[in-house]
Amino acid sequence: MTETISTHTSLTRGAAFVAGMRDTIPMIVGATPFGLIFGTFAVTTAGLSFWGAMGFSLFVFAGSAQFIGATLLAQGAGLGVIVLTTFIVNVRHALYGASLAPHMRHLSQAWLLPLSFWLTDETYATVIGRWQQIDGEPHKEWYHLGSALLMYLNWNLWTLIGILFGSQFEGAAAWGLDFAMVVTFIGIVVPLLTSRPMLVCAVVAGGVGLLANGLPNNLGLIVAALLGIAAGYALETYMERHAPTHKITQKGEAL
Amino acid sequence: MNEFWLILGMTLVTFGVRYPSLALVGRFNLPGSVQRALRYVPVAVLTAIVVPYVMYREAGLVFSYTNTYLVAGIIAVLVSWRSRNLLLTIVIGLVAFFAYRLLLARLGLG
Repeated sequence: MTETISTHTSLTRGAAFVAGMRDTIPMIVGATPFGLIFGTFAVTTAGLSFWGAMGFSLFVFAGSAQFIGATLLAQGAGLGVIVLTTFIVNVRHALYGASLAPHMRHLSQAWLLPLSFWLTDETYATVIGRWQQIDGEPHKEWYHLGSALLMYLNWNLWTLIGILFGSQFEGAAAWGLDFAMVVTFIGIVVPLLTSRPMLVCAVVAGGVGLLANGLPNNLGLIVAALLGIAAGYALETYMERHAPTHKITQKGEAL
Repeated sequence: MNEFWLILGMTLVTFGVRYPSLALVGRFNLPGSVQRALRYVPVAVLTAIVVPYVMYREAGLVFSYTNTYLVAGIIAVLVSWRSRNLLLTIVIGLVAFFAYRLLLARLGLG
């Protein structure tokens, strides 16, 4: 999706910012129902106050962790359990951060602090391809900021709507709006499967994810992701060693 | 439970995962092998989220045409594979999901 703006003339800061927002619009379609369901769920089932529910979206700003935290709260779990679970559910962000970091080393703390606070699955998926493009584009951080800000504002807007009109949406979780997340992630992943190692990575991550689903606190997710990465990397290394003339397509790294 | 402490705790651990990796890792030179391995992160993480989510419903592992998530998920994969268009995949995937769910309900299978 980022190919549309990969021109050779540099974008201005404002144009890069707008391009980041524009490329994030599909993610918004997927995230919107989630924000709505979260706002509704937080003030009805989980029993949070208005500011408690808004506080989740304003300060924690991590969709799946917010849902799991609110669910645990509804079940009467203690603060320690909820905070620890939040940590484990969010460990995948360390992988995102590590893959972004080499591209962002020139940025000041004034950039790194907000961009890391606003790191989500959706913004990561939108911006990683842009960061990996070697085109001397000087304002990639503005592109990233545009994506991050749009996700943040949209998530908080729909949390607010969910809180305010929650009673009308009661039971919205049962409508299956959560499928919006599934279909967003599918739409991100499938176009990346352009090489055999990427495909093997997906098969292993998905297969292990299924087998390890019973592990507590979403630990299965981390195990599956790490084994998927290892499998893809191992095959890539093997193919390069055994077919030195055969260049592996690396289109997969640019979304 | 005090909502203030809950939100503070969740905020600190979430930021505590996001910030150090993004800000501190950049201070060191990651070996080329690690950088290459990190290219697999989006595919590995998102697939590991989606596959169990689609296959495990309330009743446990459901590998059947009555699993709306699975059927619509397969349709979304096909649309994405043919079109490589994210927005189209999301829209057709969601329409397929709700249409199929309605169909199952009409047939008394949902």
